[in-house]
Amino acid sequence: MRAVKTLLASVAVAAGLSGAAVAQDATKVGFIFVGPIGDGGWTYEHNQARLAVEEEFGDQVETIYQESVPEGADAERAITQMALAGADLIFTTSFGYMDATVAVAEKFPDIKFEHATGYKTAPNLSVYSARFYEGRAVQGHIAGKMTKSNIVGYIASFPIPEVIRGINSAYIHAKKVNPDVQFKIIWAYTWFDPAKEADAAKALIEQGADVILQHTDSTAPQAAAQEAGNIITFGQASDMSEYAPMPRVSSIIDNWAPYYIARTKAVMDGTWESTSTWDGIGAGMVGIGEITDAVPADVKAEAEALRDALGSGEYHAFTGPLNKQDGSAWLAEGETADDGTLAGMDFYVEGIEGEIPSS
Amino acid sequence: MIHLEKRPQPSQFWAGFTPILAVIATMIAGGIMFWMLGKPPLEAIRTIFWDPLFHETFGPYSRPQLLVKAGPLILIAIGLSLGFRAGIWNIGAEGQYIMGAICGAGVGLAFYPSESVLIFPAMVLAGALGGWAWAMIPGLLKVKFGTNEILVSLMLVYVAENLLASVSQGLLKNPEGMGFPGSRNFRDFPAAYNTEIISGTGMHWGVAAAFVAVIFAYVLLTRHMLGFQVRLTGEAPRAARFAGVNPTRLILFCLGTSGALAGLAGLFEVSGPSGQVTIDFNSGYGFTAIIVAFLGRLHPIGILLAGLLMALTYIGGELAQLMLGLPAAAIQMFQGMLMFFLLAMDVLSHYRIRFNKTVPV
Repeated sequence: MRAVKTLLASVAVAAGLSGAAVAQDATKVGFIFVGPIGDGGWTYEHNQARLAVEEEFGDQVETIYQESVPEGADAERAITQMALAGADLIFTTSFGYMDATVAVAEKFPDIKFEHATGYKTAPNLSVYSARFYEGRAVQGHIAGKMTKSNIVGYIASFPIPEVIRGINSAYIHAKKVNPDVQFKIIWAYTWFDPAKEADAAKALIEQGADVILQHTDSTAPQAAAQEAGNIITFGQASDMSEYAPMPRVSSIIDNWAPYYIARTKAVMDGTWESTSTWDGIGAGMVGIGEITDAVPADVKAEAEALRDALGSGEYHAFTGPLNKQDGSAWLAEGETADDGTLAGMDFYVEGIEGEIPSS
Repeated sequence: MIHLEKRPQPSQFWAGFTPILAVIATMIAGGIMFWMLGKPPLEAIRTIFWDPLFHETFGPYSRPQLLVKAGPLILIAIGLSLGFRAGIWNIGAEGQYIMGAICGAGVGLAFYPSESVLIFPAMVLAGALGGWAWAMIPGLLKVKFGTNEILVSLMLVYVAENLLASVSQGLLKNPEGMGFPGSRNFRDFPAAYNTEIISGTGMHWGVAAAFVAVIFAYVLLTRHMLGFQVRLTGEAPRAARFAGVNPTRLILFCLGTSGALAGLAGLFEVSGPSGQVTIDFNSGYGFTAIIVAFLGRLHPIGILLAGLLMALTYIGGELAQLMLGLPAAAIQMFQGMLMFFLLAMDVLSHYRIRFNKTVPV
């Protein structure tokens, strides 16, 4: 019995040593993903960026990841294990990991953490997000021009500022080109659930929507739209070009690669600092997928002009005059929204029907 | 020619031995799967079963985490096993878990930021009551109207999930949360925080409650009249009727107890490891506990071991993803194999394998 124990102990020690040897050679970058890397949307794009980091630095980096990590107690364990595994830099890529990331960052002051879409920072914890609402403005423009029924369906995920911002931005720009446009919003309470998303898309189509916007990550709404025919959709998080030219006429593409590469470089150089990053079309974090020929040439040209204006910073997606849903004044003529209000946005703009669930 | 011969009595030996056999079979089949995925099979299996316990770097962290992960599973499974033994099928522990968390957390948050020592006990009580009340719905509907408790309890899970989404964004939303859904974090509310009883062991109040539940269930089933009635009703319903077992009382007792224990598990989880009420706070413990109950043969000690084994495959599975880049789906397949082999091996405890040359007429 003692011999067996000794043998087992030596195996464990050997395993530990080999793990430590790897950690010293390369910078180890860890990723915590909320969905499977094959979701075709949010997690897929984060994983593409992980691969871009590997490509950029070759042998100098080693990346590790864990997919489908539930938000909550399991997340804290997953992040801690990643820290114990010797990661130098850890990206936690979903809002729900916020408190877990904060807790682990406190325990491992020498490891750098990056939390996507949150707002809590620490000396070794940065936050980063993308101004997806800029992309929503372009979608809204196309949606307003293209709809014949004047009903635009919107599959929303959770009623958090990120999602509400997207709805507002899309609505403002649809309304600008089509005063009769009406938004029908379904809250799916999921980021990724093909069955629920398909149901939501079908329900919206039955209610007369001929444009479907989505803030959920699967391609199920695209498939539902294709089946129904004559419905247009937009890729979410990734290009979803397999549904082009119809129903997918354009897309918002998350491009995390430049940011991940820059942050990994900073850790390698020892120049990493805690920051809050919120980049948009201009910095390349938000990409607008190719607008297909299903969109008339003049609409396409307008949409591209809008994209370029947002990218250069000459136009802001939230420019007054704008009122809140209850009719109270929000932005005066020519005034643009400040980042603080946008970050905590919990109201609809004037004209959107319905209520944000229980807030 | 091999054929199976039904045993007059399920074999005691095989009932105890098949779980071990199932684990070995899973290691072999899982190893083949990992090998086909191009991963080193022995290393993968070692990572899943060995590293969480004895790895130099991970072990000290993972060992306490085993208790944290197993605690709620055991607590819920013990409750479920009572009903399952008596043929009362509560499939909705997930919903009762959620309701326990909501009620318990609600009581705690209502008194924020009080420092009274009574807050945590009050939350525990509210958690148990919340789960109990949610389980009483299928219970009362069954005894009054003869509805099917499987369907009712399962459907109530979805109701509870929607309630959870609602309170995370409304009633219990953190007023300082910048409009984001989710309650205050109990970490920042020491009087209501389900802290570790002994620091660094993972032993929080919920884990302690799970151990107490195991002992109580064991005593109840072996020494108490009510436990005898539970067993009798499951094994010989007709005899139970003649023995004067009151089915109404038994149904309400079994559903109520399992609901209360599931509610407790939810409360301990929300106020401790999870820390806050969020939209998707529940991560399937209520359903996984059903597997744990059966994996443990509905026996309290078996459930204790099964819960720990289940936790081991979760944590080991995470390590395997991390260290070897195994996909999450492969780990789920591996867990699925374990269940499959366990059920398949049951044949050995119910049947004798005979080798003979002539086919019996």
